[in-house]
Order: sequence, then structure tokens, then C-alpha cells
Amino acid sequence: MHDIMAAVEPLIPALRRYARALLRDRTAADDLVHDCLERTISRWHQRRADGDARTWVFAILHNLAMGRLRQAARRGPHVTLDDAGEAAVARPASYDAQLQHDDLLRSLAALSEDQRSVLLLVSVEQLSYADAARVLNIPIGTVMSRLSRARERLHRLMDGELPATQRIPLRSVK
Amino acid sequence: MTTSRPITEDDLQAHVDQALDPARRAEVDDYLARHPDVALRVAAYARQRDQLRAALAPVAEEPVPPELGLAQLLEARRAPRRWGAWQLAAAAAVLLGLGGFGGWWLRGAQGPTGGIAALAQEATDSYRVYAPDRARPVELRAADQRELVSWVSDRLQQPVVVPDLTASGYRFMGGRVVATAHGPAGLLMYDDDRGTRLVVLIRPMAIERDTAMAAHANGAVRGYSWAQRGIGYSVVATASAETLHPLADEVRRQTTQAT
Repeated sequence: MHDIMAAVEPLIPALRRYARALLRDRTAADDLVHDCLERTISRWHQRRADGDARTWVFAILHNLAMGRLRQAARRGPHVTLDDAGEAAVARPASYDAQLQHDDLLRSLAALSEDQRSVLLLVSVEQLSYADAARVLNIPIGTVMSRLSRARERLHRLMDGELPATQRIPLRSVK
Repeated sequence: MTTSRPITEDDLQAHVDQALDPARRAEVDDYLARHPDVALRVAAYARQRDQLRAALAPVAEEPVPPELGLAQLLEARRAPRRWGAWQLAAAAAVLLGLGGFGGWWLRGAQGPTGGIAALAQEATDSYRVYAPDRARPVELRAADQRELVSWVSDRLQQPVVVPDLTASGYRFMGGRVVATAHGPAGLLMYDDDRGTRLVVLIRPMAIERDTAMAAHANGAVRGYSWAQRGIGYSVVATASAETLHPLADEVRRQTTQAT
């Protein structure tokens, strides 16, 4: 059990960050990370010994998150950044930084789940393209095209070219 | 200077992510120097990446809440056995308070008797042995379902189907043949997103070959058992009756359809 502690414990802050950026709700995100850790523990013996633990655990978290978002979509509109307020995401040092971060995260929320997850995994979690492809279970070519579209769309949202309220409906993931 | 290969959109993304080798990076830099509009866009992407990291960094800086402590979660995993003993002790104390041995027998009388009782006991015993096993809970995994079905059907001399419980949130993990006082039985194991395991035990019945579903509980292990056309089924888990009863109904529905 020492190997799981050494491999997984340092990942927990990053798992919380990814979950919170996807779900935009502190409690729901931490619940998700909790379920992810439970599943990581119960399936630890099933992972490939030569595989990267970070990619494997992020894949578990991502799949749980997509399931949760699909459930939420079925139940009706979920809490958006605007409703949740700044406490749901983060608390930056200054008021200016706060406004800028709110704006950015509101725009991020306007991306599709597919675009948002690829952008977060590559830009924030700094996974390689190959690792992001493994987490999302898609070809690298698809990672690249989604990343490119996500960055362009977020750029245009931030520039005010696109209204942030123009939400793309949730797409179901197989 | 002209570049050897055309610059692609992927090159621009990799430039933002600093994922290019030095030679290619120099080529992209050269291209960007000659195309200020593209350079502006790439610079905006890099800024966007830095802002995203900054906006989300405080989340990773927060102290990890106690319910996400990995050591505690691992500890809790090992705890069920002690919990079971504690619950048994508490239950025994309550039952003794209610009237000594009488209370215990009353409890037994509420559960199933005869052939179904034996099946329920065997399923509970199998659950206690295999469900907590982290290393090798099943002999054949879900990927080898066909082989498992043929093995179990062969030993039981009855065609066996594997109920699909995914709609109820339980994934099939795999199974094995287990020994009982009444010959070989097929054990199928499932788990949910929280790692809660559920066992379905199947074996031919010598007596009580068609019996209505009966509920039983032994410590924290709860179950539902019944028999249909000579085959006994028992669904057991450490779950509430509200969770387990619909799952048992679903197993019965699917096995009824299949036979």
C-alpha cells in the first residue's frame, strides 16, 4: 500500500483543481475526487504496472466527471459560475485579479465539455498530448484539433467577440 | 530564410505548450517573426494559458480536506471487518436485552429456512471470503465472460447467464466456481463507482426448487435469495435493503427472461 500513497497522494491537489474547473462547485468537485480515490484504491491492482499512475487516475476522475455532468444535464440546469459565485472556484489575492479570473472562468464555462477538458488537461495540468489522449480515450489528432478550437474560442470569448452566454449544450460521451 | 516543412496549426499549439524540439521551435519562431498576426494569436494563447493556471492555482493551494486524506480512505477500506464485529456485538447486546436467546431465535425465524437458508448461508460465506479480496476477487475477469459462462454452466450442468446491472450502477467484474456443501456454485461479482461489491451466487437446488424471494441479514451482510425452475439465486452485499432489493429484483427479471 506504500506505492499507492507515494503515487497518488501528491496528485490530490491537481485532481481537486481539475474536478472544480469541470464541475464549478466545491462540494460536488470534492465528492467527485472522493469517489475517484475510492475507485483508485479498489482498482489499484488492475492498473498496468508499466503505466503512468497520474494518467490512470486522471482518466478515472475524468470518466466520473463526465458521468456526473450527464446526470446533471438530465436533471436540469446545473449551477453555473454566475450562480455559484467566486467562492466556488478560487479566491485570488486582489480585486483586479478576481475580476479577471471570474471573466476567464465564465468564458471557460461557455466551452463544450470536450474543449474544456482538453484545454484544462494540457494548459493547467500540463499533461503531454499523448497523456491527454489517454485520459480522454481519443486519438492525439483529436486532442490537437480540440485544443486548437478550444483556445481560439476562449480567446474570442475573452475578447468579447462571442457572448459568453452562448452555451454549447452538453454532448454525451459514449 | 525558408522553412523545410510547412508550419502547421499543431506546431503553433505545441509552441504555446513548449512541446517542440529546439530545431522545430526555431523554425516556428522564424515563421512567427514573419507573420505578426499569427504571432499575436500565439501570444494570446500563451497568455490565456498563464491566466488559466493563475485563476485555478488557489484550488491546488488549499489544504486537502480530511475526507480526501488518502491514508484515512485506505484505513477505512480495511475497517469493514472490525465494523462487522462491532455491529455484531451491538446487535447481540440489543438482542440479549430483548430477551436472551429468544431474541436470537426470533431473528433467525424471520429469515429463510430449508434449502434457501442453506443457499443464503453459502452466498454470505462466499461474499465474506471473496468480496474483501483486493488481489484476486475473481478467477476470470469480465473480459473473459464467455469463458466464465462456459466454465460455470459446465460445472453446474445448467446454462448460466450473467445479469447486466450497469443500468443500476453496478459493473460486472467477473466470477469463479466456488465450493458449497451442495456442490459447485457459480459466483458473479459486481461493483459500483464507490467500489461497493455485490455477489450473485447461483447453484442447482435439490429441494425448494421454486421458492419466492426471501430476505436475510447476517451482521452487515444482507441478501435476497430465491429459486426458480431448480436453480437457486442469492444476491448479497453490505448494502441497505433499499439498495439491494431492487438489484435482486433486476437479477431475477433477467434470469427469468433468459431461461
